[in-house]
Order: sequence, then C-alpha cells, then structure tokens
Amino acid sequence: MSFAPVYLDWNATTPLAPEVRDAMLPWLGAAQPARFGNASSRHEYGRQARAAIDEARARVAAAVGAHATEVVFTSGGSEANNLFLKGAAACLKPGTLAISAIEHPCVREPARQLRRAGWALHEIAVDADGRIDVADWRRVLEARPTLVSVMLANNETGVLQDVAALASEARKAGAWLHTDAVQALGKIEVDFRSLGVQAMTLSAHKLGGPLGAGALVLDKRVELSPLIAGGGQERGLRSGTENVAAIVGFGLACERAVAHRAAESSRLSVMRDGIEAALSALGAVVFSRAAIRLPNTVFFAFDAIDGETLVGKLDRAGFACASGSACSSAQPEPSHTLLAMGVDPTVARGAVRVSLGRDTTAEEVERFVATLSHVVRDLRNLASVAL
Amino acid sequence: MLKFPIYLDYSATTPVDPRVAAKMIPWLTEHFGNPASRSHAYGWEAEQAVEEAREQVAALVNADPKEIIWTSGATESNNLAIKGAAHFYQGKGKHVITVKTEHKAVLDTVRELEREGFEATYLDVQENGLIDLEVLKAAIRPDTILVSVMFVNNEVGVVQPIAQIGELCREKGIIFHVDAAQATGKVEIDLDKLKVDLMSFSAHKTYGPKGVGALYVRRKPRVRLEAQMHGGGHERGLRSGTLATHQIVGMGEAFRLAREDMAEENARVRRLRNKLLSGLTDIEATYVNGDLEQRVPHNLNISFAYVEGESLIMAIKDIAVSSGSACTSASLEPSYVLRALGRNDELAHSSIRFSIGRFTTEEEIDFTIDLLHKKIGKLRELSPLWEMYKDGIDLDTVQWAAH
Repeated sequence: MSFAPVYLDWNATTPLAPEVRDAMLPWLGAAQPARFGNASSRHEYGRQARAAIDEARARVAAAVGAHATEVVFTSGGSEANNLFLKGAAACLKPGTLAISAIEHPCVREPARQLRRAGWALHEIAVDADGRIDVADWRRVLEARPTLVSVMLANNETGVLQDVAALASEARKAGAWLHTDAVQALGKIEVDFRSLGVQAMTLSAHKLGGPLGAGALVLDKRVELSPLIAGGGQERGLRSGTENVAAIVGFGLACERAVAHRAAESSRLSVMRDGIEAALSALGAVVFSRAAIRLPNTVFFAFDAIDGETLVGKLDRAGFACASGSACSSAQPEPSHTLLAMGVDPTVARGAVRVSLGRDTTAEEVERFVATLSHVVRDLRNLASVAL
Repeated sequence: MLKFPIYLDYSATTPVDPRVAAKMIPWLTEHFGNPASRSHAYGWEAEQAVEEAREQVAALVNADPKEIIWTSGATESNNLAIKGAAHFYQGKGKHVITVKTEHKAVLDTVRELEREGFEATYLDVQENGLIDLEVLKAAIRPDTILVSVMFVNNEVGVVQPIAQIGELCREKGIIFHVDAAQATGKVEIDLDKLKVDLMSFSAHKTYGPKGVGALYVRRKPRVRLEAQMHGGGHERGLRSGTLATHQIVGMGEAFRLAREDMAEENARVRRLRNKLLSGLTDIEATYVNGDLEQRVPHNLNISFAYVEGESLIMAIKDIAVSSGSACTSASLEPSYVLRALGRNDELAHSSIRFSIGRFTTEEEIDFTIDLLHKKIGKLRELSPLWEMYKDGIDLDTVQWAAH
C-alpha cells in the first residue's frame, strides 16, 4: 500500500503487538532458531511444540481467570461459537435455545441450524439502547431453555451486557449460558469464574494476536461433541495438528492485553468521548450512548448521509472505518443490531463504526474529527445542491 | 554441520520454507486487515492476497480457483468433505466406503456418521498397502453415496490408484473424496483428468504454515456440501470464519513452490531415500512396509525384527523419526496401518518411519545408516530372541511359559 490510512477499525481486527510478532516468528520459520515440530511427535521437535502450546494455554487461562484444562484451542472465534452451540446440542435432546437479538452471525447461524434440527429458538429482545430487555429475558427463562448465548460486548455498538447476572439467573433456571467475549477481552475486565458462565468464546486477532487462533473456555461439566474429529487433540474436543505459531501468539496477546487493559481503556475512552462530543456538535446520533459500552467504540449516523458513502469518503481522506461489521459488509443491509434496537432502517443505513486501539493517538483522533466535519459538510452541501 | 536431532519426520510436519516465510510475514505485520472488511484499503488488499493464493493452490492441482475453499487444515477439510457430502446426499443413500489405512481424521469422521445412522464399510488393503479395485467394486451397493480414499498414505507412503477409483465412482454416480494431505508436491495431481469430487489439502505437509488447509469442491459436475461452520457466509457459505490472510498467503506460496520444484526435488529425494533403503536393508531381518514402486520417494517405513520398539526409539534419539506405535494415555498401541498390512504387533512396534524432504542432506542419510547399523547391532546383542533366531529356532513354534 502506497499510503497507509489511519486505522480506526480495531473491532474488525487488530495489528499484531510487536512482542507477539517476535514470539511467533521462530514458529513461522522467519527467525532463528526456526521451530516447527508437530506437537504430537515424541521427539525433541514435537516436545518443544507441546511445551509452547502448554505455556500459551496457561497464559490464556490466566488472562481470563480459568483453569488451563478449561481452554480448548480452535481456529478462531467463529469456530468456538459453532463448537459450543452445535457441540453441546449434539449431547442433548432437542430443547429450547435462547440467544440475544444482537448476536454476531457466527452465533445466529449455528442457532438457526439447531432450529432446523428440531430445537426451539428464542431471541431475547434488547431495548432501544441495545441492552437485554429484562422483561423479555424473564419471558424466555420461563420457556425453560437448555442453552443460552448472550454476547458480553457487542461488536457494532460496543454495548456491554450484565452477563454475570444473566448467568446466575440462567443457572437457577437450569440452563447453560455461553457468552461470546471476543470483543471484550482486553477492553473490559473478563473473569470466567466471576461471570459464572459455562462457556466463553475468545479470539486472538481482536486483541493484538494473530488471525487463526481462538478458544472456547469451557466448564468441564458441559458435555460437548467435537465438530472436528480425528487425531484427538485438545482432549478430543478439537482434532487437527495444532497451529503452534498462532497459539503462541494468542497466549502472549492475552497476557499483554490484560496487563495493559486498565490504562488502555482509560486512554481510549477519553479519545472516544472526544469523538462523541464532536459528533453531537455536528448533529449525529450516537447509538447506545446511554448504555455502558466498550471504551473504544462509537457507532453513529448522520441524518440523510449514507454510511457506505461516508465511510468511502473517509477512507479516501485517510481514515479506515467501518459501516456495519466486517463479516457482513458484503451485503448492503442495515445493521442487524440497530434493527433489533428498533432503529429505523433509513437511520440505520447511515451507520458508521469507529473503533480505536493500542496505536491510536490523540493527534489522529483530532485529525479524524476535523476531516469528518469537512466530509460531512461537503456531503450536506452536495445534498442541498441536488435538491 | 549436522544439527541434532536430525529431522527425518517430514510426514509429521515440515519446516516452513524460508521463501514462504518471507512472503507471509508482511501479511502478519503491516498488512493486517481483515479480508472481509469492505470499507477500506486494509481489507481490500488482504482480500486480493487471499484470491492470489487461491489461484496458486488451484494451479498446483489444475483446478478452477472457484473450486478451492479455505479451511483451518486437512483435518477440517476431511470433516467438511465427508460429513458435508454425506449429509447433503443422504436422500440418495446412507452407505459410505473408506479404507482401514486412512488417517484418523477420515476414520473418526466416518465413525461419527455411523453413530448418526449411516453404514460404513472399511476396506482391507493388500500386504503392500494398496487397495484391490475388485474389493472396492464388490463393496459398492446401490445405496453407496461416498467413497473416501487417501492419495498417499502418511505412514507407509503408498500411492493409491486414484485415477481408476475415480472412473469407477463416476460411473456409479458416487461422490469420491481424496485426502491429499501427503500428496501435494510429491505426486502429479490433475483434477481436470482425475474424476475426484472432493480433495483435502494441508499446508504444513508442503513447507507451508500450520493452521491452514483447503478443500477442493468440484463444480463440473457440481458437487454440493452441507456447510459445517456457520456464520458470516465466507467461502460462498461453505465455511464461515474470518480468513487468516498470512496463513493463506503462506499456503499459496508453498503450493506455488511445490509446482515449480516438484520434479527436481522428487529426483533428489528419491536418490537419498534409495541410498537410505539400501543402507538399511543390508541389516539382517528388516522388512520394508508398503509397496516400494507405488510409493512416494520421501517415505521409507521399515520394521526391524528382534528389537524391542521402545528401546529402539530411545537408542536412535539423534534422529527425529516416527515409530510404529501410537501413544494413548493407557498404553502403547501398534500402528493400525501396519496391522492392516498384516504386520504382527511386535513388528509393528519395532518399525520406524523415515520421511525425508526438501532440506535433507546426504550427510544426514549417511549418519542415519551408520546409526541404525550400530544401534540395531547393539540391541540385538542383548536380545535373547535374536539369539534364538540366529540358532535357527523358529520362534513361532516356541511354547512360551507364562510368568
């Protein structure tokens, strides 16, 4: 790339933290001594790989307050979500599954698959701010769900759910609760034990780790049928030669992210609040402003300005943002999350997400705000000329 | 300069080729975008890199890039192919055929299908490790919907008659899946000629990174699959999940190099393997496992009689190889592949798989020959069974006293 836009799409993916990169390079044959063993091999090359995986597993576990034996490595967050929902369901008679109305497609689609397989599927409604609607949650609990999945932090709005409270009530109602925490780890405090959930999904590339590694943190009382059968790796729960490089990166990224979380979230929320003040001054609506959110995310829209258009102009002006989540940005449909919040589709079509991260500077944010003002003004002028 | 232990376990995994690493690293560091991000250049360039790699993988096997689906590895590809096809076509029948010598990723997936109510036939192989086409023909039923046979066996390196099996399956309207994890860069694969419907690929067996593989899904005639990983609809709905750009770029480059280097590399590897073969078979009471002709040049699997397996593995610590035993938490089990070839437990346990590759040197082969001669000699000196064999006693006729 000849010019590098300022990267403001940290919820989509994150650049590798330098120490994570350094730890991974030997395992990718890009630094000496090159390491490459198959962890299932009994010789020294294999033992080295096994030791590296064990170390990484301990790091991931420590980062979320879980035990190492509760960490199941997968190829990413999508796979971990699939593994929990389909894997748990396969060991149960078809019953009732409840998911929030604002889950990521990699929770929604497996849930739809389960419905096709005979499960009853309930969606828990959210309020106008994107928080779980308590009355609807109680209604769903009355349907005696066996499995529940509610994301800890929403990727688009950044809204946080009180998963600990939900898990406690779910447990009393005899349900297992899973939470997709991929956006949360490193941004807010995440403790598996305190949350009281039975399963939790993590993803390396959302917190300065590499693409290609994720984990399902799983209470050992939950019986799971593996999605990928074969050599029996991950205690039979996930077969396949372990991706040592990515797992090593994942472990270090988790440790790093948690160590820096408190300071980082302060720093990011100050910048984010600055952007929001500017947005309000420009007349934008900031979604879920009243809700407790991730410190780095702002999801907004300008009246009568198309989100895709705005994002395109911002990209050309040197700022990489997102309209809707990366996974579904192939279809020009309004944000599923906003529609669930009751936002009018015309308003939702204007949505743009800015998400900050480790490398974001106050100076970049200032320039972004200035650029945004110009771009918005130009688009508004164009619109008024067109009338 | 020899580096110890000498790596002779290329079939377990291969080092990432430095040229592959060089190509991958920028996509891990500066160019880190999510390839599904449509809103900015970070995403677009990542997507472009992914598509280029797809073309490179397709080129090695003479397929259309649209027929290549990215997965997290050959194990996942095998799961997707077998479950995906069986579930999609179960209206036509519920019988599946595979071979006793397949990788666990295939065998365990087929067993899973059996638990779901499918029926499976696990074909025996001949003593040379190859399947008998007549046996396959006889196993086919009107309700057979899927046949899965690996191209190259990971333990003994034999090459199955994929072209003929393909003709047979196409004639009968049966979906044919091939696990080619051990085949890429070692044998010619031309999917325009081979009547294969689904083919699994691994990157880390061909000097690429771990964590990435692919599944070939034929478009002409069109093969359908039920997706196993659901979510954002990636890979045309067949496999959801954010694509790991750097890993995919690595696989593409690895397969491009395989295409370029295969002929020359095979010749060099064959020479080295044959040197190892003659160097080791002049040790008494050794048996090569698997056909020597229908075999990739990289593999040599030999049983050393009258030597205890675990002692052997410990004695040859200076080389990193694989033995004919698999560790389970409770016990040491003899290789099921070698058992399928007719080897008894003792011979299975005292077998070694030597698998050589791109970076193997003649010096390493010479050292290995020397080492095996020395150690086998020593171990047999200590072996009462060897003494009896030397005295001409037929051990099969001995009545062993129980202890």
